[in-house]
Amino acid sequence: MTETAVDQIWLAPALALLGFVLNGVLSLARPRAKTLVSVIGVGVLVASFVVALGVFRSFVGLHAEEPVVFRYWSWMPVGTLQVDFALQVDQLSTVMLLVVTGVGSLIHLFSVGYMKDDPGYARYFAYLNLFVFFMLVLVLGASFPVMFVGWEGVGLCSYLLIGFWFSDEANANAGRKAFIMNRIGDFGFMVAMFMIFWSTGSLDFVTVFAHAPTALVAGGTSITAITLFLFLGCTGKSAQIPLYTWLPDAMAGPTPVSALIHAATMVTAGVYLVARCNLLFAMAPVASAVVAGVGALTALFAATIALKQWDIKKVLAYSTISQLGYMFLGVGTGAISAGMFHLITHAFFKALLFLGSGSVIYALHRAYHHTHSHEDAQDMRNMGGLARYMPWTTALMWIATLAIAGVPPLSGFFSKDGILSAAFLRGTVQPVWLVFWALGLVTALLTAFYMTRLMIYTFHGPSRTGEQEQPHLHEAPWIMTGPLLVLGVLSAVGGVLNVPELIRGNAWLDRWLEPVVLPFSPHYGLSNSTEWLLIGIAVAVAVVGIVGAWRLLKPQQLVPARSAPEERGFARVLRNKWYVDEIYDALIVRPLVWFSREVLWKQVDQRAIDGAAVNGAARGARALGWANRWLQTGQVGMYVAVFVVGVLLLLWRAMS
Amino acid sequence: MTSTIFWTFGILAMLSALLCITRKNPVASALWLVVTLFSIAALFVLLDAQFLAVLQVLVYAGAIMVLFLFVIMLLNLGRPGPSDIKGPLGLGVAVLLGAALLFLLQPLTRTTLPSAITLPPGSVPALQQQQGIVGSVANPLFGAYLIPFEIASVLLLAAIVGAVVLAKRKL
Amino acid sequence: MLLNPALAISAVLFTLGVLGVLLRRNAIVIFMCVELMLNAVNLTFVALAQSLGMGGQVFVFFVMAVAAAEAAVGLAIILAVYRHKQSVSLQNMNLLKDG
Repeated sequence: MTETAVDQIWLAPALALLGFVLNGVLSLARPRAKTLVSVIGVGVLVASFVVALGVFRSFVGLHAEEPVVFRYWSWMPVGTLQVDFALQVDQLSTVMLLVVTGVGSLIHLFSVGYMKDDPGYARYFAYLNLFVFFMLVLVLGASFPVMFVGWEGVGLCSYLLIGFWFSDEANANAGRKAFIMNRIGDFGFMVAMFMIFWSTGSLDFVTVFAHAPTALVAGGTSITAITLFLFLGCTGKSAQIPLYTWLPDAMAGPTPVSALIHAATMVTAGVYLVARCNLLFAMAPVASAVVAGVGALTALFAATIALKQWDIKKVLAYSTISQLGYMFLGVGTGAISAGMFHLITHAFFKALLFLGSGSVIYALHRAYHHTHSHEDAQDMRNMGGLARYMPWTTALMWIATLAIAGVPPLSGFFSKDGILSAAFLRGTVQPVWLVFWALGLVTALLTAFYMTRLMIYTFHGPSRTGEQEQPHLHEAPWIMTGPLLVLGVLSAVGGVLNVPELIRGNAWLDRWLEPVVLPFSPHYGLSNSTEWLLIGIAVAVAVVGIVGAWRLLKPQQLVPARSAPEERGFARVLRNKWYVDEIYDALIVRPLVWFSREVLWKQVDQRAIDGAAVNGAARGARALGWANRWLQTGQVGMYVAVFVVGVLLLLWRAMS
Repeated sequence: MTSTIFWTFGILAMLSALLCITRKNPVASALWLVVTLFSIAALFVLLDAQFLAVLQVLVYAGAIMVLFLFVIMLLNLGRPGPSDIKGPLGLGVAVLLGAALLFLLQPLTRTTLPSAITLPPGSVPALQQQQGIVGSVANPLFGAYLIPFEIASVLLLAAIVGAVVLAKRKL
Repeated sequence: MLLNPALAISAVLFTLGVLGVLLRRNAIVIFMCVELMLNAVNLTFVALAQSLGMGGQVFVFFVMAVAAAEAAVGLAIILAVYRHKQSVSLQNMNLLKDG
């Protein structure tokens, strides 16, 4: 095989790792060398993106029907199990590769401006580079264990970056919460891996998917269990019910981190996993229904919470959970390319939204810094009317808002519509999918509403920022607004990636992913008129949401956060996230802590292990010694008595 | 008739043994032991071991017990001292062990020897009739058991030497 | 016919001897109880000699010889100990006791 650019795939993760090492050394030795760190940090990402482009172009030229696997070294040869450290280049992984490196580069660039004054600048870029390395290992891995290495690694980096400002205990706790909830999901992933090896005898993707149809019974308990355990991993990593509560807390990290990890890339790893294993999920219709159902339910649930959040980043966090729900609805329905399409467009507009909010927060921070105020720079009740100070940001955020609401011809419309029509299509055959479709539709309405709400409260209406701060509010520097611009363009025109054939598009992504995903067979079953009807309904819902928010919400009635009144009634329930955290705390955390303290610590550790085993062994030895002491008194009478006892024993043995 | 005499002396032996072990005065203990030895000698006679009965009186009661009394007197232990029987704990343990021992030994009192190895009854008196009372002991002693006999004499020599050496004040 | 009663008496005498050894503190008295035990054994031998042959009586002969030797040496030892400890009580003979 001739050397092509595809062979250089290893460069992509390697460059990111190199960035981590160099920045790590710098963070320890020369933390103030900010320019060098920026050059290295951003440079390796851009270089990775260039490599990704090269690999992609080369791969297109190969017209490969099979994945191209590169084995680098033998990692775990154990009996019948042979796991190599191997990377796989195929249609699915190249798409993810481009998204991760591309959006990643933009966010790295944004971070140069955003984190400019932070003392942990070098450490930040080191962690960010490490994250990209692990994310690339995740998407490029050729087997479940290699993917799992990336899976765990991004969890680690998430923990490091969420708790980046760890001197504040709340941030450290948020990092811990994320990591621990992820671990619960990881348990599911591991069990699924064990079961996969048990049934198919291998852990390489190529081999597993080749053997699965014969090794496992379609619709049987084995495959359903495997896929459900895999999905458990996804609920942890991608913040679905029931393991989603870590994501809103993760907003404690720097905003570019929220953009990269908790919007564009890490949280989409779960969707990628389902897409990668689409063959397995197709063999387990019950599990697929669970995936789609949980996705749809999470989408709606998170959207309701977003309606009443005041922290701008929290609104976006719940929005992310909601949109991830859409993605799972897509891949659960079997419309893999629809789900992946939404993943891509979501990366564009959600990163844009987060970075834009980052610009807003940055501006408010600087203003408060000037006036030495301690107001919350992230609370929307302290914002308002920012459009006149930050026109570029406002415009770009509106593009993203319209995209996420699903207004044509922006990218979000195409991806969301793809998912909803797939759900409806399957619903004509299996009615439960109509329920999912309905949930998705209501969520679309709420999405439009709360995003418009965000825009109104932040950028329009009267300004609630203090009189003294207002003169200091202005647009972020170009190093931050530049990436926003690029993302804005992508959010706007990204739809071209998969224009449906209904409107004479070429459905590029659908066709590109064909070699690696099973066809969504009922796809071409809808009549044209039904399709147009569905599109019409979706657009109408979006418009109703936007207009409704515009008419119903009264930004003039808002007061700054410090003097805002408490919510009452149902609004209060939404504001407090349906009290899910409190329920988890009462049902799970407290009993666990109580059990650990009262039982495991006091009883098992202190009494049983320390007391009985350790001290008890010592006491036993001393007792034995003490007992034996009485045999060696030096008193003849004692010796005689023992002598007689011995004789008696012998006599007894002889007689019986 | 024989039975009565036998039991008389038997009970006498047991009683005097009991008294022997319970006297405070060592001399009294020694004297009761002499009584026991005499009783046992009588029992020997009833069991057709007349030579041994005489030996018992001569050697055991006449020499060994005399030696005991000599030593007691030498050490000036003639007077009854404070009771040297052990306290309640020792007593309890001893009684327990004694009872256990008796319990283990009492099957002996009911055994019958297998007929394959026993001699016909009355064979010992017949033998004594033939060879004489002393002769019936002397013949095996100087016949089959000659070597143990010689060794016994060496043993006695060793004992003499040992006793002299051990009891000397200065070696 | 006299075998079983003789053996019973012998058992009792032996037990009394053991009791004496366990109960008394005076070394000489203990020695006497040992002699008592030996005598009980002699009685056993003689009783069995009636059924099993003259070997029993010869053995008693030897037992007596050994008992004599043993008594001589044992009492010599007690004398030597008395010279050091001024006592024949067993309680005081505890040099083997770990300090």
